[in-house]
Amino acid sequence: MKLLIKNGRLIDPAGAVDRVMDILIENGKFKEIAPAIKKISGCPTIDAKELIVAPGFVDMHTHLREPGQENKESIESGSKAAVHGGFTSVACMANTEPVNDNRSVTEYIIARARQVGLVNIFPVAAVSRGQLGENLVEMADLVEGGAVAFSDDGRCVMKADLIRKALEYTKMLGVPIIEHPEDHSISAEGQVNEGFISYKYGLRGMLKAAEEVIVARDLILQERIQSRLHLTHISTAGSVELIRNARKTKTPVSADATPHHLLLNEELIQSYNPVYKVKPPLRTEADRLELIRGLQDGTIDCIASDHAPHTRDDKDKEFEFAPFGVIGMETSFAVVFDRLVRTKLLTINRLVELFSTNPARVLGLKDRGRVKPGYPADLTILNLKKRFKIEEKDFRSKANNCPFLGWEGHGVVEHTIVAGNVVYSRGGK
Amino acid sequence: MKEKTFRQDHLLGIEQLSVGDIETILETAEAFIEVSSRDVKKVPALKGKTVVNLFFENSTRTRSSFEIAAKRLSADLINFNSSLSSLKKGETLKDTVLTLEAMNPHIIVIRHPASGSPHYLTTFARSSIINAGDGFHEHPTQALLDALTIQQRLKTLRGLKIAIVGDILHSRVARSNILLHQKMGNEIALIGPPSLVPREFEKMGATVYYDIRRGVKGADVVMMLRVQEERGAKNYFPSIREYRNRFAINREIFALAKKSAILMHPGPINRDVEIETSMADGEHSVILQQVTNGIAVRMAVLYLLKGEIHEALN
Repeated sequence: MKLLIKNGRLIDPAGAVDRVMDILIENGKFKEIAPAIKKISGCPTIDAKELIVAPGFVDMHTHLREPGQENKESIESGSKAAVHGGFTSVACMANTEPVNDNRSVTEYIIARARQVGLVNIFPVAAVSRGQLGENLVEMADLVEGGAVAFSDDGRCVMKADLIRKALEYTKMLGVPIIEHPEDHSISAEGQVNEGFISYKYGLRGMLKAAEEVIVARDLILQERIQSRLHLTHISTAGSVELIRNARKTKTPVSADATPHHLLLNEELIQSYNPVYKVKPPLRTEADRLELIRGLQDGTIDCIASDHAPHTRDDKDKEFEFAPFGVIGMETSFAVVFDRLVRTKLLTINRLVELFSTNPARVLGLKDRGRVKPGYPADLTILNLKKRFKIEEKDFRSKANNCPFLGWEGHGVVEHTIVAGNVVYSRGGK
Repeated sequence: MKEKTFRQDHLLGIEQLSVGDIETILETAEAFIEVSSRDVKKVPALKGKTVVNLFFENSTRTRSSFEIAAKRLSADLINFNSSLSSLKKGETLKDTVLTLEAMNPHIIVIRHPASGSPHYLTTFARSSIINAGDGFHEHPTQALLDALTIQQRLKTLRGLKIAIVGDILHSRVARSNILLHQKMGNEIALIGPPSLVPREFEKMGATVYYDIRRGVKGADVVMMLRVQEERGAKNYFPSIREYRNRFAINREIFALAKKSAILMHPGPINRDVEIETSMADGEHSVILQQVTNGIAVRMAVLYLLKGEIHEALN
């Protein structure tokens, strides 16, 4: 099985490549990358003239809801949504039912992903049993079973001692702890960012400090432990500054931000539309702009969607009673390219780092996020000129809780290729 | 009665009203006060119209006030009471409202513990929606009846200093009053402990005071808010005793206000907690007048949203 991709502009930051290159794929792996590869008779060929060819995109923060909440999303529908959004690899969080806190759940997810066979799925296991914040999961066993990271995600580890032990123990496993930084005693029953808007509209607030005290706590612990710590969906200017300073003292840390925190602010909640109800909450415009600076200066390494599907009924409620979360895999690239790259806030090369090179590195996916002979042939091929309009009818996800519905712009995924198979083509399958 | 100039489909909050809308409501309410003083307290302005009282929180005064207002306008009224627990477990709010709407009501009056619920209703309901209190957000008819009371007593709604004392953070009455008096260009003093009166409220055109004496000084109106015991449990303040010592109104503190000042409370009052009991019944207190005015204001709102102009009012 061969596949030839001709005339595309290959942007591969890990290999320091940005030029028109032909790429030959054989048996699911990259075979040859060269300025001109002759057409091979009988070999399927994609003409990528005028298109960008990037190492496959990696979404390091998603919720695929299987096992347990298949009415919201499944590994199958989530896989379809992922490849539609240009992702060749996704990491899925542990808050399934049952919680992914033991090897059998991790292995089940991997087996289901293989059956569906569209996208590489890398399970993130819980830090604590049942995500209860008390006792560590069997971390080594889970890593052997295929878990690539540990996170209690929405139930942030409240006990500083437990996160200390988790960071220490994972040093021997070489996998990251992904922290959703939120001090639940401060955020409590909060619904939105705490400040003038929450006060005016009578919604319980979540102080920025709820995030920042955990960011600070973890960075102080990590300064000594020197393990692998990733802070996910950073949302405040204060968090960006804490991470920036930690890097100066060579504290090992990485971070991601979501498209919704990069492109939306708290003003939207004045409509009381639960589609804008997320955790962490949409923050102020000043926070949003500082997140963009964090992407520009390297403080933030990755863009991750925190794809959190809910049923229509779940979200069709009073604001306070609706669950947190938005979907994002199918819109992440389009909105970020249109609003941050076309506006020249970021380069397309930086976007590829944020969507592929860096998340692959953070998750320790050693042969991904790079286009190199012998590596699995995962590619995302982009058309930066094609116009898009985000419409619910195009979603492959089961859910529609997307804050970008109706947005228009430029930049679409043309093809998604996983292990040499074209798993998505615009207008095709 | 003059031509209706009220162009709103709903009453969601003071935020959506213009100064003209507020004045129209108050003028209309003045006209309805006369109706309530008649022996036969009934006009046919809402005859054949159905009003649903949809209350998801315990409420005696607001619910009865809307009920009496609707009945004095000859509307048919049904009360639908539901507890919060059934709301969380059972039928969704949307299904409840769609079911009620299948019976073709004209107006739904909603009281709900979640802020923004009346706004949510307007995204799918056909009836006119009146917000009778949503979470910590707004309680527009309360602010309007307060305004009517102030106007009656002080003969104006402008150039005043309005002091609001208590749990501003969790008070929909405070928010609606702040919005109303900001629109009227009045000076607003918000008084309470910092945990219940965040400084950010100053962006709404108010001044925050932690010292009740300074806040009340020179006020035309002193509005006390009910303090909830549960706020103490959540450490917004250490104890009711300490709260009372710092923020209750008594004769000595009230004397710092203008001589003509009035004392208001949206009720229900906690005697000897936020308000010294003799003050509640004293000559400056307009607490019962507020309740009386509630009927006229709610008649005005119901009438302006769905009523027919009728000669009985002239």
